[in-house]
Amino acid sequence: MTVLAQGVEGNNPVLNISIFGAFVVVTLVVVFRASRNTKSAADYYAGGRAFTGPQNGVAIAGDYLSAASFLGIAGAIAVNGYDGFLYSIGFLVAWLVALLLVAELLRNTGKFTMGDVLAFRLRQRPVRAAAATSTLIVSFFYLLAQMAGAGGLVALLLGISDTGMQALVIAAVGVIMIVYVLVGGMKGTTWVQIIKAALLIVGGVVMTVWVLAKFGFNPSALLQGAVDKAGALGEQLLAPGKQYGKTETSKLDFLSLGIALVLGTAGLPHVLMRFYTVPTAKEARRSVVWAIGLIGLFYLLTLVLGYGAGALVGPDVIAGAPGGVNSAAPLLAQALGGPVLLGIIAAIAFATILAVVAGLTITASASFAHDVYANVLRKGRTTPEKEVRVARITAVVIGAVAIGGGILANGQNVAFLVALAFAVAASANLPTILYSLFWKRFNTSGALWSIYGGLVSAIVLIIFSPAVSGGPKPMIEGVDFHWFPLENPGLVSIPLGFLLGWLGTVLSKEKDDAKHAEMEVRALTGVGAEKATSH
Amino acid sequence: MSEHPPEERDWTEVQSSAEFVELRRRLRVFVFPVSAAFLLWYLGYVLLADYAHGFMATKLVGNINVGLVLGLLQFVSTFAITGLYVRYANRKLDPLAARLRDSIEGEGK
Repeated sequence: MTVLAQGVEGNNPVLNISIFGAFVVVTLVVVFRASRNTKSAADYYAGGRAFTGPQNGVAIAGDYLSAASFLGIAGAIAVNGYDGFLYSIGFLVAWLVALLLVAELLRNTGKFTMGDVLAFRLRQRPVRAAAATSTLIVSFFYLLAQMAGAGGLVALLLGISDTGMQALVIAAVGVIMIVYVLVGGMKGTTWVQIIKAALLIVGGVVMTVWVLAKFGFNPSALLQGAVDKAGALGEQLLAPGKQYGKTETSKLDFLSLGIALVLGTAGLPHVLMRFYTVPTAKEARRSVVWAIGLIGLFYLLTLVLGYGAGALVGPDVIAGAPGGVNSAAPLLAQALGGPVLLGIIAAIAFATILAVVAGLTITASASFAHDVYANVLRKGRTTPEKEVRVARITAVVIGAVAIGGGILANGQNVAFLVALAFAVAASANLPTILYSLFWKRFNTSGALWSIYGGLVSAIVLIIFSPAVSGGPKPMIEGVDFHWFPLENPGLVSIPLGFLLGWLGTVLSKEKDDAKHAEMEVRALTGVGAEKATSH
Repeated sequence: MSEHPPEERDWTEVQSSAEFVELRRRLRVFVFPVSAAFLLWYLGYVLLADYAHGFMATKLVGNINVGLVLGLLQFVSTFAITGLYVRYANRKLDPLAARLRDSIEGEGK
């Protein structure tokens, strides 16, 4: 019983594992069925481009609603009130950038990766190498945050407090994920994300209605419940500022985070890659519409769930539970429906990590195989079969690195890694994509300046930020080498990324009007866009 | 892949054709101002949440305060812009893009 210490009182680890096991079995069957048609590179990377807009929209929601946004936001609202809600607004509004400026044009001009779009009219090898570097770094940060989060979740939901046992569970999660990706490719991964999104949203709706019913379907009464439960300073939960309003620096930090959230989404490589899984630009548009609907709905649910957890469980209990704020949603499930509902929500949380990690792995492996191996190293002299083989090997390597990193980072404060991934995506990827799609003069030098400039500035600023050393909860204890005051680099690195992209462009004479004409006509009309493969 | 090798086509000619110029104008005249508008509205909201705590805490009905209403309005505006764009794209962009696509891909058949 020392190893299997009870994580949450009344928790039933056997039940949790059984429900999660059922999810794994069902999804594995689906993945194996999907794998029968996975033959070509387009099948492996893009699911044969045969998903419909609504299917892809649900999968995007499954990919995007990571453990951080499901468990993290509900917990942040329960403990910090309104400030937690601010995250979800940034995460949602961000999708308008993808809808209006990126999704359709990207679908029309690329094949598998972000590098495809940049390579269309810029010099292939340097921009592909840069795009792949940024893709691998963003995906790795995101992956590490998810895997490290898995450790905390194991502690909470399976009642495992021994770090060796936790490492074993993290490894098992990683191995299942590798099987999904190797066997099912993008098609299998997409189905895992669709199933998970459906479960998550159904679970969220059930809990929301349940919470509201307890307060007579009166939102004001729900808020009052959360205020009363929180004690003397409960009123603070209703207005902004509880978490970020303390000092002028923390206010700037919030502004920086808010900008990174809204501009980062449309530069996240695993989000971009999802637009290639549909047959046309119009279906890409429909996917974003579905994604916005589902993600918006889900964040409205988390608002109720967060305040509900505050009212029915209480912020002190949540903050003191193993897993901290991440335990708010599971604890609420338990307060509402006992061990069975807790088991279901726990299984959904695990499924979330699996689905998101699988999406990240396939994105990173595609970028390495397609951009680095096939086009930079082999200069296009390779076959799709070889390329996919490289992608599969890369997926195994990335999976192994994720397992190792997850075990090492277990218990560390890695929450800033997700914010960092968004900041890098917004500083390095978004300027390049937008310039490439909308600015005629843009050239290779501009792309390299903005990708490497955005990437390096974001990473350097985070290394010398209070999140890594000298802050209240630093990654490295005992030393203090920070000189940048903010935990989130976006406020500086995003404008810098845009500025460097402009500067690099005007300092270079390179110009290819014919290629720009071809790209623009194709982007807007869909002429010659990659078609769905038929089986 | 497309049936016609794209290298053989003069894309600058298509790009400067009246129909294509109109398609680009219609796309940009919608997405640029709307993007600027929603980004400013979001930035304004973040700044209010960041620096105007008293205003955001003003209660309107029961415990529902200005901050909550403005936050929910961000959801409303996001859904509304999505709906408006889809309607605009279906009516103004898709038919023109399809016509251009057909005329380009139809060449040489």
